[in-house]
Amino acid sequence: MNFGVVVFPGSNCDHDCVHLLRDVLGQAVREVWHKETSLDGLDAVILPGGFSYGDYLRTGAIARFSPVMGAVNQFAHEGGLVLGICNGFQILLEAGLLPGAMLRNQTLTFICKDVHVRVENAGTPFTGRCESGQVLKLPIAHADGNYYTDPVTLAALQANAQIVFRYCTPDGKVTPEANPNGSLDNIAGIRNAEGNVLGLMPHPERCAEEVLGTDDGRLILLSMLDALKQSKVQPAVVR
Amino acid sequence: MKAKIHVTLKQGILDPQGKAIEQALATLGYTSVRNVRVGKYFELDLNEKDKAKAEVEVKSMCEKLLANTIIEEYWFELSS
Repeated sequence: MNFGVVVFPGSNCDHDCVHLLRDVLGQAVREVWHKETSLDGLDAVILPGGFSYGDYLRTGAIARFSPVMGAVNQFAHEGGLVLGICNGFQILLEAGLLPGAMLRNQTLTFICKDVHVRVENAGTPFTGRCESGQVLKLPIAHADGNYYTDPVTLAALQANAQIVFRYCTPDGKVTPEANPNGSLDNIAGIRNAEGNVLGLMPHPERCAEEVLGTDDGRLILLSMLDALKQSKVQPAVVR
Repeated sequence: MKAKIHVTLKQGILDPQGKAIEQALATLGYTSVRNVRVGKYFELDLNEKDKAKAEVEVKSMCEKLLANTIIEEYWFELSS
């Protein structure tokens, strides 16, 4: 499959994504500079973590106006798979491709540690390799991961199974103590209503090889590969 | 025309920075302080003499970029 990894000024997880896709999973990868305006030929696009434009103003607020975002928007609206990781998630929120916004962590600190998340919806193109309720151990590294949205939107997210990952204890209980940043309803990752755009704060690309301590992150990328292969057989399913 | 723009988190949205500052002020003995809200302040010059037009333009800037209206509110003053 052909993956695109968008590179903004200040992205710093782009190489991790490229390494995982190219060296670990054996896929074709194109690094897409933020000034590019075409995603032609790509099967899926990843917005990686980092500090795009120094996170000036708000996280993702300036990156969303990068030239490439017009193409990402179109790609998403045509049903292409888009994965936003950490800063990529923040950019998708600012761009309106996912609902809600990020507030500063309730602790006011930058948090860099492994957390546990529960897979709330295993029926997405990003979680097909997981079981519903499965607990994944993934690292987070952010200062602004305190997800917020209004009560009406939250109810819609819950009703449409758009909450894909929630912070939990190692044995899968969703508790306030397991919530590292104060995010609403322990939200760690959500998808759009159509199901082809996912944003999450944890970094699957940093934990996709056993040598890195956990390879749970690999499940998310393998799920995407499965979904893309299936869509090649039945193009109507995803694209 | 000069614009002075203020952006803060909406009332009702927890402002952890404001809380931390409130606690620090209390520690310093300012115990009557309540509801500290932290925000951003922008100053900019507009090459525009018509106040009504400037107002439309600044409002548009706030909506599109300077504030995220899901979590923030804004207000501004214009002066020549």
